[in-house]
Amino acid sequence: MTDCTVTTRVRQVNENQCHMCMPLGGVVALRGVEHSIALVHGSQGCSTYMRLANVEHFNEPIDIASSSLNEKQTIFGGEANLRKALDNVIRVYQPKVIGIMTSCLAETMGDDIERFIETYKNDREIREIDIIPVSTPSYNGTHTEGFWATTRAVVAYYARPTERHPGINVIVPNISPADIREIKRILDLMGLEYTLLPDYSLTLDRPFGGRYQKIAPGGTSTAGIARMAGAQATIQFGLTCPEPLSPGLFLEQQFGVPLINLPLPIGLDSMDLFVRTLHDLSRRPVPESLVLERGWLCDGMADAHKINAGARPAIYGEPELIYALAKLCMENGSIPAVIASGTQNSGLVGLLQPLLKDALEEPVILEEADFVTIEEAAVRKGANLAIGHSGGRYLTERQGIPGVRVGYPIHDRIGGQRILSVGYTGTLAFLDRFTNTLLEAKHGSYRRLRKEEMLNKKGVSNAKA
Amino acid sequence: MENDCSLPAGSAPCIDERQFSIMTTGKNKSRIHCADDSLAGAVSQRACVYSGARVVLNPVTDAVHLVHGPIGCASYTWDIRGSLSSDSEMFRQSFSTDLKERDVVFGGEPKLAACIDEIVEKYHPPAIFVYSTCVVGMIGDDIIAVCKEASHRHGIEVIPVESSGFISGNKIVGYRAAGDALLKLIRPKEGETVEKTRKLNYLGEYNLGGEKWLVESYLREMGIEINVAFTGDSTVADLKKAPGACLNLVQCTGSMHWVAMSLDQEYGIPYIDVNFFGAENTAESLRKIASFYGDDEIMRRTEALIEREMKKVRPVIDRYREKLTGKRAAIYVGGAFKALAIIRQLKELGMEVMFTGTQTGKQEDYEQISSIVSEGTVVIDDANPAEIEKFLLEKDVDMMAGGVKERFLAHKLGIGFVDHNHDRKDGLAGFEGAIRFAREVYATTCSPVWERVKKNPFEEVQD
Ligand code: SF4
Ligand code: SF4
Repeated sequence: MTDCTVTTRVRQVNENQCHMCMPLGGVVALRGVEHSIALVHGSQGCSTYMRLANVEHFNEPIDIASSSLNEKQTIFGGEANLRKALDNVIRVYQPKVIGIMTSCLAETMGDDIERFIETYKNDREIREIDIIPVSTPSYNGTHTEGFWATTRAVVAYYARPTERHPGINVIVPNISPADIREIKRILDLMGLEYTLLPDYSLTLDRPFGGRYQKIAPGGTSTAGIARMAGAQATIQFGLTCPEPLSPGLFLEQQFGVPLINLPLPIGLDSMDLFVRTLHDLSRRPVPESLVLERGWLCDGMADAHKINAGARPAIYGEPELIYALAKLCMENGSIPAVIASGTQNSGLVGLLQPLLKDALEEPVILEEADFVTIEEAAVRKGANLAIGHSGGRYLTERQGIPGVRVGYPIHDRIGGQRILSVGYTGTLAFLDRFTNTLLEAKHGSYRRLRKEEMLNKKGVSNAKA
Repeated sequence: MENDCSLPAGSAPCIDERQFSIMTTGKNKSRIHCADDSLAGAVSQRACVYSGARVVLNPVTDAVHLVHGPIGCASYTWDIRGSLSSDSEMFRQSFSTDLKERDVVFGGEPKLAACIDEIVEKYHPPAIFVYSTCVVGMIGDDIIAVCKEASHRHGIEVIPVESSGFISGNKIVGYRAAGDALLKLIRPKEGETVEKTRKLNYLGEYNLGGEKWLVESYLREMGIEINVAFTGDSTVADLKKAPGACLNLVQCTGSMHWVAMSLDQEYGIPYIDVNFFGAENTAESLRKIASFYGDDEIMRRTEALIEREMKKVRPVIDRYREKLTGKRAAIYVGGAFKALAIIRQLKELGMEVMFTGTQTGKQEDYEQISSIVSEGTVVIDDANPAEIEKFLLEKDVDMMAGGVKERFLAHKLGIGFVDHNHDRKDGLAGFEGAIRFAREVYATTCSPVWERVKKNPFEEVQD
């Protein structure tokens, strides 16, 4: 597997980014905590851009406050602005939880946020609002790390030694609200009591109707998060989560809650593993309805297997998702052409190697990738599908490789918040999109292509007599 | 549906310090405080200096735009505008120096220089704009020096754009930084001269959805040629011919007035304000341009064009006016220039403007807005979502024109929405833009969706 060891970008310049910045992921994770609002400590622009990116992806109004630092504070420190920002946010939104993500600027200034918060809470005699700082300098990590760091900070803030209980913890990476809802449905089907974190299935995908509230209802309750310390186990879909940022590992190390790290339940094998794990934990039989769903997925896989065998997708995005998607491709007989992530240090290469060791073709694996590199590899390897977020749009626009949108962020299609890919049902929905995109491309061109290949301009066979 | 009041008991939608940024026409005569920086914690809609500069320079199609800073500043602005190009697509690549911790600690200058070298080697662009961002401003990288050296080394233009976002939250500062960069770029080198022509420059036009091409087609029909647009579908070589124009058109007051004044001083090129949003504005602007040339043939052709186009526009507007008369609108857009144009168009469609605001208006702009809206209209600077929501509900608005950040708030409240921002993919300029605008306003204001989604047929029977 010579090609598989391509790791980081060799160039200095990053051309067409495959990742976003660290506080952005933090903002998403924090919306999974009930009654919370995010405040980005930094200049105004960063938080406006984060709102824009999230608004476009989730198709929801999303408020992110900023401490609006300007030149003066970069000399004298950002405390005064942060305090003013907290005052205003509390006044307008009345949150119970405020997460403060630091932008690159605040980090470079070296503001001591923990101390600022402490003095602020003392001065204002605030007891009922939890203010949680998360260090998220983008020069150290992408939105993926920001998501994990924030989730871990939330767990660390609330988890307390608690009595043991039979419930389980479920910690999810940056997946769609629809995916979260599906995971919850499966947990309910298996009859388990659980705390899922971060649960933004309602907050970032609000149904129309009812009274409009500034802070969307929903999210994991803080009482529930506190009880995570006493759970019988944690399931974390975080094979690629760096250890220092791992919420599940924190619970294991601090409170002895065993951590079960699983791949995202996308694809038959991964979903089977998830169901098996839930069965082991609950000792309940697998319900008939789930077995039926599995059967429909198997039926779909059988019917489409020969078409899927012709797929050579370029898969790109956050490491947890692309690992799961690569597994799904492999189990359907499709060997990816390119597997690429903008993130570094996710251990992706090590995870992929056993998966790909018997493959007849060699995918290119890229870490810390930009899209210029991905595009070049996709063309070289003859990719015929582009799977991932909107960043890959030039693969379609310029290289004519048909795209399947999944992941984050998505701004060139509607409905990023309800793309469903987990569970048996979600996998089948994804697989149908995958197969049908191939078919659409095929039906749109096979007559012309074959003709061009076999006949000359006059419509006569190319073959020499 | 209980959308009439969304405020949780006891919460304050408006922050005291913001009271001077909001006024109601006819009530208080006090000046609006629009040049203030965004208030901490208020969820301002404003972007940053860098974004302002980028908007203006981005459509220079064959230049490389290199963002010197951590990754996000570049990722967020990659290809987000619908500027079209007739040739090079270079400007749609997003280059970032992707600063890492070691660069922040030891300085980013070496990495910037290395990135420039890589880019030149790969693409040989005629110019590279290097944008500074907040962190770069903070760590004190001397981008001017790095650009100058790189320029010597490679024999191309490497132009620093001093756009550290934190200098001010206000985009106008960024427009100014971009203007500076443009003036630097077009200044003839020693011994060079630019030939004078009868052509005109078109300032503040970004060719979103091909708007520059559309206006160009009108002008050509009138017998007038565009020299170069600042900066829609321009190239570095075209821009360098800018001093050869006999007239500058200025559209979009926020970004280009200052450049026009500088061009007047430096090269003696006069300028006039134009506005191609709305049919009436378009007609007026075309007449203004024609009369500058003072040529009978041009005047005759101009009138013929206007007559022909108006014949197409009028019946469309009339048809939609029947449906839209009396509907209530709100406007929240980037600059006052656009707000004014939209107010005028909505009034032509028979609508009432209840609420209007911009992110970056100036005092004069707000005075002008106040003078054309009716009494009782709320005028607001740098509105935050809480305020927008409050006024949308309070004023019982049917449709809002704004940017994408407001779209889903409007939808959630069951209110129509028209996108009027830089990220549009189809243009709203000229006569055909006026038709498109009217059609969109109608489609969203009178959509059959609203009456349905606002009903709950199961109110009595749900548990
Ligand atoms: S760091 Fe500064 S330049 Fe970059 S997006 Fe934030 S405010 Fe704008
Ligand atoms: S300064 Fe940092 S936090 Fe702000 S947009 Fe740039 S990368 Fe993101």
